[in-house]
Formats: sequence, structure tokens, C-alpha cells
Amino acid sequence: MRGHRRKYLLAGGVVLAALGGLVYSGMREALVYFYTPTEVQAQAAALRGKALRVGGMVAAGSVHWEPQTLRLTFVLTDGQTQLPVRHTGTAPDLFQEGAGAVVEGTWVPEGYLRASTIMAKHSEEYRPPAHPETLAGKKALFQSLRPGETP
Amino acid sequence: MMIASLGHFGLFLALALSVYAGAAAIGGARAGREDWLASSRNAVLAQFCLVTLALLLLEYALLTSDFSLRYVAHNSTRGSLTRYKIAGLWGSLEGSLLLWAWLQSGFAVLVVARYHDRHPAVLPYVQAVLQGISAFFLVVMTFAVNPFTPLAPIPPDGRGLNPLLEVTDMLVHPLLLYLGYVGFSVPFAFAMAALLTGRLSDEWLRLTRRWTILAWVCLTAGIFYGGWWSYRTLGWGGYWAWDPVENASFMPWLTGTAFIHSVMIQERKRMLKVWNLLLITLTFALVIFGTFLTRSGILGSVHAFADGPVGILFLGFLALVLLGALGLIAYRADALKGHGTLDALVSRESAFLLNNVVLLGLCFTVFLGTIFPLLTEALRGTKISVGTPYFNRVSVPLGLALLLLMGIGPLLAWGRASGPQLRRNFLKPALLAAAGTALAALLGLRQAAALAAGFCACFVIGAIAWEFATATRTRARATGESWVQAWAALLLKSRRRYGGLIVHLGVVLAIVGIAMSSLYKVEREATLKPGERLAIGPYTLQFQDLQAAERPTHILVWANLAVSEAGTLRATLRPGQRFYPNQQTPFASVDARYHWQADLYTILSTFERDGSSATFKVLINPMIAWIWLGGGVIVLGVLVAVLPERRLALLTVRAKAQVA
Repeated sequence: MRGHRRKYLLAGGVVLAALGGLVYSGMREALVYFYTPTEVQAQAAALRGKALRVGGMVAAGSVHWEPQTLRLTFVLTDGQTQLPVRHTGTAPDLFQEGAGAVVEGTWVPEGYLRASTIMAKHSEEYRPPAHPETLAGKKALFQSLRPGETP
Repeated sequence: MMIASLGHFGLFLALALSVYAGAAAIGGARAGREDWLASSRNAVLAQFCLVTLALLLLEYALLTSDFSLRYVAHNSTRGSLTRYKIAGLWGSLEGSLLLWAWLQSGFAVLVVARYHDRHPAVLPYVQAVLQGISAFFLVVMTFAVNPFTPLAPIPPDGRGLNPLLEVTDMLVHPLLLYLGYVGFSVPFAFAMAALLTGRLSDEWLRLTRRWTILAWVCLTAGIFYGGWWSYRTLGWGGYWAWDPVENASFMPWLTGTAFIHSVMIQERKRMLKVWNLLLITLTFALVIFGTFLTRSGILGSVHAFADGPVGILFLGFLALVLLGALGLIAYRADALKGHGTLDALVSRESAFLLNNVVLLGLCFTVFLGTIFPLLTEALRGTKISVGTPYFNRVSVPLGLALLLLMGIGPLLAWGRASGPQLRRNFLKPALLAAAGTALAALLGLRQAAALAAGFCACFVIGAIAWEFATATRTRARATGESWVQAWAALLLKSRRRYGGLIVHLGVVLAIVGIAMSSLYKVEREATLKPGERLAIGPYTLQFQDLQAAERPTHILVWANLAVSEAGTLRATLRPGQRFYPNQQTPFASVDARYHWQADLYTILSTFERDGSSATFKVLINPMIAWIWLGGGVIVLGVLVAVLPERRLALLTVRAKAQVA
């Protein structure tokens, strides 16, 4: 009985240690620190080449999108600092100027954030704008497209 | 105004009745007063009627667009389709609490109706615990977030659900999850009743076996359904993001799965009594914790949650559940000493034990990854995130270990496995696994994780097939029945065992699908002018043009993509975007060619308004259909395991009559 118990404690210990190792290595690899544009600017030298996550607003008028090359550039701001971001690919659904966004990527020596993922931030509870639009108004946007039966 | 007052008053009354029913049940049981117990049972029924009334009132307000209620104004519009008006009930916090409370009351009535004359000793305590849980939800609604809060001035139209939620899936997925969550409160209540009464035999396990399995299968189906929903409609091509909301449903699933397995050891070996009580407590606590996590606003920021009383109430209730259960277990510690011991390291019970350790380990790592950002923000003020890589890194090895155990466990005998028996049982599945892995490698699979998953999966399938085959052969020889008859008779005779094996088969299919779709996904993104092509895998997609159409609630713009394979036209896919009035950004409307080998999945990312070009994201997701198939097989296996004996017997009698 006693021998058994020791054996099981030992087995349990080994399992726990393995689990701990797994968690530790996973965390080391996947922890991404969250910065504001001002913090990135302030620690620019230290952060160079590191993976980080930066949150801010997409500055108005800063979004440039080249459809042919899929090159997307914009400026992320926290009101104090303007941080240039470059990305290859399209922006997520709710991404727009003046709205919040979180960018995951690498801070490169050339002084911009090379984005790997862009997340648009939207509030949980959804609020329509103050002046309601109509369906007809939306429809007018796509007048030049061929009308069709709904697929 | 009428509805607001009536509804709120009804909830207060229901709360009072819950408290009374609980107190009368315990008082009646201790004093031996049958009349008190009868009164308590009546109160349970009356409480259910009141909560039903409140639920119907809110639904009525939603259906009639009564915007004098804040909840209605926030969760439906005049123009919403009837089904989404109904679904508005669980569209946000207050309504979903009401739905929860209603299910909780309904389950309490079912429990009373089913057990009051057969198990009079424990039932009053079960009733009291269930009413306690009901009372908690009613307290939250009456004192913190009232679904019947009036709104003035009354707006001309409501806000409506988020367009992402206006899909039929919204009618299925949340209900399945809630049934699972609420279902686990029944075994928990029986466990607490066992502790309170000191009747600590297997009684509570036997009585709640079916409840536990049904709660588990609802939760499982809910999780699978959620993935399927996300995959088909959310437009990012994935089905699981390790989002805290998803993790909140996954954690009780993991402990619930562990519970279902460890219960069998207690039944067989009279061991692990404390462990089982802890597991069901943990499962129920994780259900509450998950709701706290998703409903308190803590995910947005640790600081946001302090604003509302909901989070504090949930945390308080969580503390009560944990401390109460642990206190009771400590109080009964002497009576809970196990009788049996493990005879050998190589035995089915050790495999089950190891399965429990791995499941709990996985649960713990998911828990850690979910709350770590909250902890660091609260303690150190730094914001960090634990990304998908962490979850993938910890879940892949643990998932593979579980898969392997799923194959090994059923092959081992209870008690002590003998050497020759082991060799006999393991040889064929191992050979099959080796052959399967070799075949996979020949077919071009090179990644270690894929080969490991393939090996484990083949081993489990081999073990299950071996188990079915030998048992069927033995029976067919002994009884002279045909193989099919023998197989059906076996399924019936030990439904729990074979139902369980079918569930395992479903899990294997799902894991194979998960592994293949995440390891061998192909993704391309390109901007095309009309007539231009994009090649991906064996397919060529030609962008033809953009079209627009008006739908009742939105404008749909879609692209026509002609898909050809080796020069033959296979299909036209129509990925699009939906433009809602009052929404600044569009919502994706994906289109895919679903196939058991691989899905071709297309997303329209953005386009020029004149139709001169459009940007697409195209993915090939191999074997993703296997995940959904696995989910279906799991549900099927559970049905085999729990369908009432009589009904199944009737079916086979009929089948036999037809054969004869």
C-alpha cells in the first residue's frame, strides 16, 4: 500500500512537472505585450525586432490601400504619438478610420510596425449612428453594379 | 408600463417562492413533516409558473415591439423577422439570465416530478440546492440587471440584434449551451444532497448518470455547433479562436468529460469518491465562472467590471459554491474514505485516472491562458495577451495524449491486465496504426504532428473495431445469430459501453479533422479584375463580375467566381458583403464548396464600387467536414447509450419480426 502510494505520487509529480514545462514554454513563446504608440516610441530601441501588440485609433485620412499589391498602410495613434503601420493583406471587417484597432506585429528598424494581424476593435454592445440611414441610401452606393436575384 | 411592473413583480415573487421552497424542503425533511415537503413541491411548481410568465411577458414585448422596455428597444426592431424577435430573448445579458432561470426552474420541476416518491430521503435537499441556484439568478435579475427596466422616452424604433446574430444558428447554438450548463446543476445538486444527508454511496451517481450524459451532450453539441456557425458565417475561415468566450464553454466540458469517466471507477472499484465530488463541483463552478467571464465585462478590462454589480454577484456566488462544497466534503471526510485500491499500474482504472489528469491539465492550461491577461492587468497594470500559439502549443500534446488513452483504455482489463492478454489486444490496433501512418506518409503527409495524430487515430479506430469484432464473433458463435443480429444485440445489451465507443469514434473523427485542417490549410489573397484568374491547389477561380441585390434588411453585393478544376467547370461561388443601414462597415457573406476531402472557401474582402476590381481571400481547408461529422457521431453514440431501454427493445422486436 505504502509503496503504491509513493509510486503514484511520483507519477503525479512527473505529470505535473511536464505540464508546468508545457505551460512555461507555451507562455514564453506566445505572450505578447500590449503597448500604446507612445510607449513604442519611447522604447523604440529596446523593442526593435520584437513581436508586440499595439492598440490605438486609426488616424483619419491615413489609410492607403493598394488593391493590386495588397499593400495596406495606415497610422495608429493614441492622441500623442503617430505610429506608421504596414501590412500585406486586407483589413478586417470592422476596420475603419477613426475607429480603434489592435495591431500585432514586429517593430522593424526602419521605424514602422510590420503587422501580422490587424484586429478591429468594436464595442460589445452595438450602437447605430445618430442619424439613421435607409436601405435605399445604401442601395444607391452600388447603382453601377449589375442587379441580380439574391443567390 | 404594465408589462414592466408585472414582469419585475413576478420575478420578485418567484425569488420569494424559491427561498420558501428551499427552506420548507429542508425544514420538512429534518422535522419529518410530509405536509411541509408537499408545500415545498407546490412552491417549486408555482415558482416555475411565475418564471414562465415572466419569460412569456418578455417574449410578448419583443414580438409586439414594446419599446417601453429598455431590453426590447436594445434587442429588436420593428422590422426584425419574427424568429429574431424571439431570439432577442437571449441576445444580451438580462434576457439570457431570464432564459437561464427559466431552464433552471424547469429542470427543478422535472427533478421533483421524477424522484419525489422514489427517493424521498435525498430529494428535499436536491430541491433546496436547485432552488438556491434559481434564487441566485433571480437575485441578479431583481436587484442588478432587471430585464423589465422601463425606458422613457419611448424610442420610435429599437436597435436590434447585431446583424451577425441575425442568423438561424442563433436559435440553436445558445440554447444547446444553456441546456448543457443548466443540466450540470442537477448532478451537482444531487452531489451536494448526498453530502448534506450523508448518503454517500453510489446513489447520487446512479440517479444522475443520465442527466450528466445529457448535459454533456448538449454542451458538446453546442460547442460543435458554435464552431460550425462561426465557420460558415463569420467570414474568417476558422471555427475556433481560443477566445475567452469559447474557452468559457470548453473548460466545463473538459471537467465534465473527466467526471463521466471517473464515475465509472467509483462504480467499479468504490474509489475516488472525493475526487468525483470535486469534479462535479468544479464543473458547475466553471459554468458559473464562464458566465462571470463572459457577462461581467471583465474581459474588456479588469476595471470595467467593477462598474457593474453583476460581476460581484457572480463572484460571490462562485465563492459560495466552492466554499460550501469544499466545506461539506471536509465535513464528511471520514465517511468518504475509499474502500478499493488500485491493483496495478497497467489497468483500465489507471488509464481512466491518467485520462482525468490530462483532461484536468488541459483545463488548467486553458484556464491559465484565459485569466493570465486579467491577472497581470490587475496585479501589475501591464496589458498582455496570450495568443493562439500558447493554446495550440499546450493543447496539441495533451490532445494527442488523450487520443492515445482513448485507444488504450478500453483495451485494458479492469483490475490487472495480464501480459498475454495485453499482447493479444494491442497487436492488431498497433499494426493498423503503423499501416495507417505509413499510408499517410506515402500520401505525402510529412508534418510530425499530422503523423502522430494519424497514428493515434488509427490506433483508436483499430481498438474500437477490434472490440466490436471480437465481441460480435463470440456472440454470433454462442447464439447462432447472424453477425448483424449479434452486433445489434450487443449494442443493446451493453449500450453504455458501445455507445461510449461510438462517442470515442466521433471524437477521433473530429480530432483528425482539426489536425488536418489546421496543418494543411492553404490560403491565397489577390485582387482581380473581371476576367482575371487565381489559382489555388487544384482549382482555378475566375472572377466574372459583381452583382447587387436588395434583401429585406440589407443590400447584398456579391462576386461571381467560376471554379474550375483541370479545365472543367465545377461550381460558381458567390462570396459577398452585406451592407446594413446604420452599419458603417459591411459584414462578410462567405461562400464555399463543401466537400468531405477539402472545402474551397471564398471571402470577398473588399471591392471597387464600380465593379472594376475585387479582392478575395481563398482558402482550402482540408477535411474540415470531418469535425462536423465527428460531432454528429458523438451525439449518435450518446443516444445509443442513453435512449430508454424499452424503446430500443421495442425497435429490435420489430426489426426481428420483419426479419422473420
